[in-house]
Amino acid sequence: MPLVVTDWLADHVALPADLTATDLAAALVRVGLEEETIHAANVTGPLVVGRVLTMKPEPQKNGKTINWCRVDVGPEHNEPATTELDKRTGQVEDVPAGRGIVCGAHNFAAGDLVVVSLPGTVLPGPFAIAARKTYGHVSDGMICSVAELGLGDEASGIIVLPRDFGFAEADLTPGQNAIKLLGLGDEVLEINVTPDRGYAFSYRGVAREYSHSTGAAFTDPGLAENLPTPPPAATKDGFVVAVQDAAPIHGVTGCDRFVTRIVRGIDPSAPSPAWMQARLTASGMRPISLAVDVTNYVMLDLGQPLHAYDLDKVAAPIVVRRAQSGEKLTTLDDVTRTLDPEDLLITDSPVPSSCAESQDIAQPQGSSATTGTRILGIAGVMGGASSEITRTTQNVLVEAAHFDPASVARTSRRHKLPSEASKRFERGVDPNLPAVAAQRVVDFLVEFGGGVADPAVSDLNTVTSSHSITLPVELPTRIAGVDYTEAQITDILEQIGCTVVRPAQATRPAQATHPAQATKAAPATLTVTPPSWRPDLTEAVNLVEEIVRIDGYDKVPSTLPAAPGGTGLTPSQRLRRSVARTLAEAGLVETLSYPFVGEADNAALGLTADDPRSNAVRLLNPLAEDKPLMRTTVLVSLLDTARRNVSRGIPNVAVFETGLVTLPCDEPAAAPIPPVGQLPSADDLAALYAAVPAQPRHVAAVLAGRLDAAGWWGKGRTADWADAVELATLVAARAGVTVTTEPDAFMPWHPGRCAALVVDGGEYDGLVLGHAGELHPKVAERFSLPARSAAFEVNLTALDTVASNAPVTAHPVTAFPAAKEDFAFVVDQEVPAKALEAAILVGAGDVLEDLTLFDIFTGEQIGSGKKSLAYAVRLRSDSGTLSADNVRDVRARIIAAANTIGATLRA
Amino acid sequence: MSEPTPTDATLSPLDVAGLDAAVEAALADVASAGDLDALKVVRTAHTGEKSPLALANRAIGSLPGKEKAAAGKNVGPRRGSINKAIAARQAELEAERDERVLVDEAVDVTLPTNRRAQGARHPIETIQEHIADFFIGLGWEIAEGPELEAEWFNFDALNFGPDHPARQMQDTFFSDGGRNLVLRTHTSPVQARELLKRGAPLYIACPGKVFRTDALDATHTPVFHQVEGLAIDRGLTMANLVGTLDAFARAMFGPEARTRLRPSFFPFTEPSAEMDLWFPQKKGGPGWIEWGGCGMVHPNVLRASGVDPEEFQGFAFGMGIERTLMLRHSISDMHDIVEGDVRFSTQFGMEI
Repeated sequence: MPLVVTDWLADHVALPADLTATDLAAALVRVGLEEETIHAANVTGPLVVGRVLTMKPEPQKNGKTINWCRVDVGPEHNEPATTELDKRTGQVEDVPAGRGIVCGAHNFAAGDLVVVSLPGTVLPGPFAIAARKTYGHVSDGMICSVAELGLGDEASGIIVLPRDFGFAEADLTPGQNAIKLLGLGDEVLEINVTPDRGYAFSYRGVAREYSHSTGAAFTDPGLAENLPTPPPAATKDGFVVAVQDAAPIHGVTGCDRFVTRIVRGIDPSAPSPAWMQARLTASGMRPISLAVDVTNYVMLDLGQPLHAYDLDKVAAPIVVRRAQSGEKLTTLDDVTRTLDPEDLLITDSPVPSSCAESQDIAQPQGSSATTGTRILGIAGVMGGASSEITRTTQNVLVEAAHFDPASVARTSRRHKLPSEASKRFERGVDPNLPAVAAQRVVDFLVEFGGGVADPAVSDLNTVTSSHSITLPVELPTRIAGVDYTEAQITDILEQIGCTVVRPAQATRPAQATHPAQATKAAPATLTVTPPSWRPDLTEAVNLVEEIVRIDGYDKVPSTLPAAPGGTGLTPSQRLRRSVARTLAEAGLVETLSYPFVGEADNAALGLTADDPRSNAVRLLNPLAEDKPLMRTTVLVSLLDTARRNVSRGIPNVAVFETGLVTLPCDEPAAAPIPPVGQLPSADDLAALYAAVPAQPRHVAAVLAGRLDAAGWWGKGRTADWADAVELATLVAARAGVTVTTEPDAFMPWHPGRCAALVVDGGEYDGLVLGHAGELHPKVAERFSLPARSAAFEVNLTALDTVASNAPVTAHPVTAFPAAKEDFAFVVDQEVPAKALEAAILVGAGDVLEDLTLFDIFTGEQIGSGKKSLAYAVRLRSDSGTLSADNVRDVRARIIAAANTIGATLRA
Repeated sequence: MSEPTPTDATLSPLDVAGLDAAVEAALADVASAGDLDALKVVRTAHTGEKSPLALANRAIGSLPGKEKAAAGKNVGPRRGSINKAIAARQAELEAERDERVLVDEAVDVTLPTNRRAQGARHPIETIQEHIADFFIGLGWEIAEGPELEAEWFNFDALNFGPDHPARQMQDTFFSDGGRNLVLRTHTSPVQARELLKRGAPLYIACPGKVFRTDALDATHTPVFHQVEGLAIDRGLTMANLVGTLDAFARAMFGPEARTRLRPSFFPFTEPSAEMDLWFPQKKGGPGWIEWGGCGMVHPNVLRASGVDPEEFQGFAFGMGIERTLMLRHSISDMHDIVEGDVRFSTQFGMEI
């Protein structure tokens, strides 16, 4: 995001002399340019201009030669003149006033003006400079390189100010503050520009916004009338440019403006001026060469991306066209990219023989056989290497164009090339800027490069003017709840660059000519035409935002609206709360986990490839390559949570999680993407709903270790399969749903200790809601959990569907006395307790109030392969006290019913 | 203690002095009975069948008729006084015993009693319930939607054009296979779903999980939670947005909480704003911190949901729940929230 250097900003808007980066940030945030950060000053302390007085090379034992220099750093910093013994010659020499500095570099000479960091200077790093003993001398400072000052990464070279930064010797004095000279010392504000405000990616735009915030005087540098030299009109001999867009995106041609200018006879060795380098550096750009620096400078200043070609390497005509599939380009970052037919290219037209070396020439459609054959760059994104400006370039072709934001956005995204140019184009650049920006570039190249502006100018211009917007005068007030007068509205819109036609001048709406409507007063409206740099202003609400924003968001009052009143939480929302609370009250701790899993995780759960739960939605761009799938069970990620807790030394872990699982559609069809801003067709809506996979909410729990703690009271109790089944049944009970348990073999559970929870009765009779029991030993082992750990997972969405939510019909509570009877039945081992209980229920009839299995016994006394199940029953009648005869009858019926499934009363 | 035996000369029921002596002996024995067992022996000795007064009583029957009455008057009240004394002593000793039992049964109540595991809710879940309760209290309803969402609902329905830079700024997870599905990057798609389902007027809050391709670090997580608010009605203004946010901020952060709006951009709102919260506990001194985004719902969002923007307008806002939780509870590291370590949830118990 853009950096804002205050002294540069002051070129366009009046700033207080003592404005700090913090003040600037506060002013800009009010109008919506948020502070990203404030960069601290790069360099602090005594960084000064120095003149190398003497420079003695001293070869060292390590093979290096160092230079022992005396540097004049100005009277304020110089040590007095003295004498020194040269250890090699044995002679005593006079040493002038200055500082002694050891320097390992050699690209400078006595007499050069350099940058010296004296002791006390802090360079980027941070790297504090102090006097130090080295190579037999006390080095009292450092002669700085580009890299040491954070101005670039060329490590080798010492900066010689006139040579490397274009300073005139007359402007430099030893001792002069080099921080100021090089623009290194300011705090710099970095702002965050929202995607609708592309124009704020420039000093021009930021200056305008500062003026909106503070009322400071602003001069728009992007308007031709504010240029010292107005841009010339196109000439017949201008560099020929053709736009041949055979595949516009959304019907918008890829390029609607293309200005070229030519400057000849530039001194290739001329550096860009120091102030420009300093400003570029402070704005986060590295100075490279005059032509490149100038285009970057004008881009930062106005927001118009520019390109400078070596004129002698470009063959007319330039053709702007889409790529052919298979075409390749090596971009300036030295990456060879395969182009997409949607990529918009800048190409030129060398005569066939001169481009024989190029390997990837395709003949594009819509161009003649000999034009547009060589790719110069990707429009609005990045240039190619072939026509690059070099150290020998004397004649420059300047391109200032306007490209379709969507086209640039797609290409930049496709090639992962977010360049300075693409950042601006995809947010929208002022199409009226190219001629102005090109003129600025030409002026700089003439002034600093000694070039001559060529009168040949081309300007391909198919820009359509901004559409006007009808703004009902009352709309801003209606939306913001703040009273705005028409004068205020007009004033604000004009401030931001709109032209506003007042109602009296506005042409009457067409329908008002109809006699029936003419009498009806049409609401007052304004006709507003946004400025060319605000492509984001397309409808009335956009103007409303501008009015509220410039007037100030702090003017909007605070009024809590009265909603019509709702119906509270839905039954399923209440159920989810109840379930979570129930489990937490039962001693389980709620946790959350990511829903991302991998094949290995599902395999660890024991899911085979043909298990429906192995069929998972896959992410195109997972965060971790080994977790590209959306979970189909909550347990898969919850088990990982349990493992993490166990591995952190938590001995008893009882955790639960409620979350969505994603079940892929059986017949996946792509979701349609109907256009923005309109209601999709019924078919599209149906397809949208159908394309989104079912994502039921599950609740799962893992129980590892003791559920009842051990302590002075006893050994506690380790959670087992029955706890899992009990909790799962309790979850169902919270929904008012009665479930029965049936043995099931279902991973990740122990095949002999896994219960399916099955809906008992009603419309959904037989529906499996989930599973509970002991984890499969292999699963427990794979997740590093204690043996016999238990778990359950219940589909809450299905449970919610089964729950009737109908009011429970209350039964009267009877006060007649209860009768208690005990039974012990002997059955075959294989007979499930549930079968015997069912028989008892049938035998007892409606007087059975409670049935408790209080003992299970196996042993020699009852024979092998048998078990004894002992039940206590509580009987009670609604209609009277049960007599001894009644009880005896019930008892006999229970025994008889038990006999029918092979159970015998234990003797 | 005298031990009366049947073979002894029976005390005459007419021997007043003898009877008095027996009563006196009995009362003395009762008084000296130190515990309930001793009293039981005393009771047998002085009121049992072979006690002097019982024998004297029995002897009344063999007395001549006219002496019987006088003998009865001699014996009856004396036996009564002994019984009364025993009963009184019995009550006394029982009270003493009960008191002693309570003393003897005293336990060390400082012993640890954490026999049953204490569960806890995850604070992200609890705070979402807290938030839902706030909006229910305003008369709003709570809505939910899928996490893997059609791209149209996540973007286009919310006025993110296919080439809009904001669409790229969302760091979206895409599903494989060209199905045009994404992990929702915000809870805003629920707006469109609910408007399509229920139309306007509509007042809903939508808490839930959202996803961005940010790696987990101290302040970022790829999976996090937001709460979305949407109010669409006739005549709702930005002032109503500010009023709702202020009330919400006070519900979350106390009566001193304040909010401020800064101009910003979201495709689905116009005007759009970032909302800052005045946070007295901010590190380095009280100040404004970003809490969420908001604005007046863009007419295109209403159009995409079949709601007439000429008739209805309203506002929407969204806040990060992790951020709210971190601010409210001084949580400095996101890892604690997402890792599922039970020691984190346990600190919060059942309610926050």
